[in-house]
Amino acid sequence: MKSSVITFPGSNCDRDMDVALKKFGFKNKMVWHNDIELPKSDLVVLPGGFSYGDYLRCGSMASKSKIMKSVINFANGGGMIMGICNGFQILVETGLLPGVLLRNKYLEFICKNVFIKINDEQNRYFKNINNNVLELHIAHNEGNYFCTKDQLKEIEENDQIAINYCDKSGNIGEQFNPNGSINNIAGIFNKKKNILGMMPHPERMIDPYLSGEDGSIFFKNLINNLK
Amino acid sequence: MKISVIITLKKDVLDPQGKVIHQALDGMGFNDVNEVRQGKFFEIDTKESNPKKATNKVEEMCKKLLANLVIEDYKIIDTQ
Repeated sequence: MKSSVITFPGSNCDRDMDVALKKFGFKNKMVWHNDIELPKSDLVVLPGGFSYGDYLRCGSMASKSKIMKSVINFANGGGMIMGICNGFQILVETGLLPGVLLRNKYLEFICKNVFIKINDEQNRYFKNINNNVLELHIAHNEGNYFCTKDQLKEIEENDQIAINYCDKSGNIGEQFNPNGSINNIAGIFNKKKNILGMMPHPERMIDPYLSGEDGSIFFKNLINNLK
Repeated sequence: MKISVIITLKKDVLDPQGKVIHQALDGMGFNDVNEVRQGKFFEIDTKESNPKKATNKVEEMCKKLLANLVIEDYKIIDTQ
């Protein structure tokens, strides 16, 4: 399986993602934002970080960079694209995913482990996953997912809500919502579910000594689904 | 010519920064403030000399990049 990670100026989780993808068997290539062509890939990842210093709005400048034309074409052809954290912000700014990520409700940068519940397994990201609650890491200032009422209705009806913040047993409640996101939304799909954007970082949970292994569960399952 | 634009969060979008500024003003003794909304200001100097054309171009810029219309409104406030 071939993957590509796009590096924008200010990305800082690109190499962690590279390590994670390779650990679970992907042949990964790093792609610079100023490149025009995307290498042949089964999965494209937009990594976390602070692309373009978060100028204007998080992800807005990166969404207009050169490589994004190819990324958008890849998406429209049904290609798998995963945006983590800043990558999620970039995906909403390109319009590939609905809604927007606002400043966290209590204006704090949040850096901690959270639990997320996987809502939908009829997609190539989470199909056949053993655990439907995972402990992952979040680190963001703008992770407060917001969309219009019409958009929310649409994404609910199409089962586009990929993951929600929850407690360790999978209960979804306002007290487990770290940043004020509508309905505890931590990640969403596009309609066809080939594009996934999420705030939590699975690539930070792939080592039993350093973190935990719930990210490993995600990546192992992902590569099996893509085979 | 120079076009000035302000971009603010839509009315029904929570503006936590505006809220905190409001609280600070309150603490400083400015007790008669009802609400504070924070926004962004852009001054765009363009080669275009026809005001109507320039305004149209800036509007396009707002729609495509400067504002995110899901959450923000833009307003051209000055043309000179």
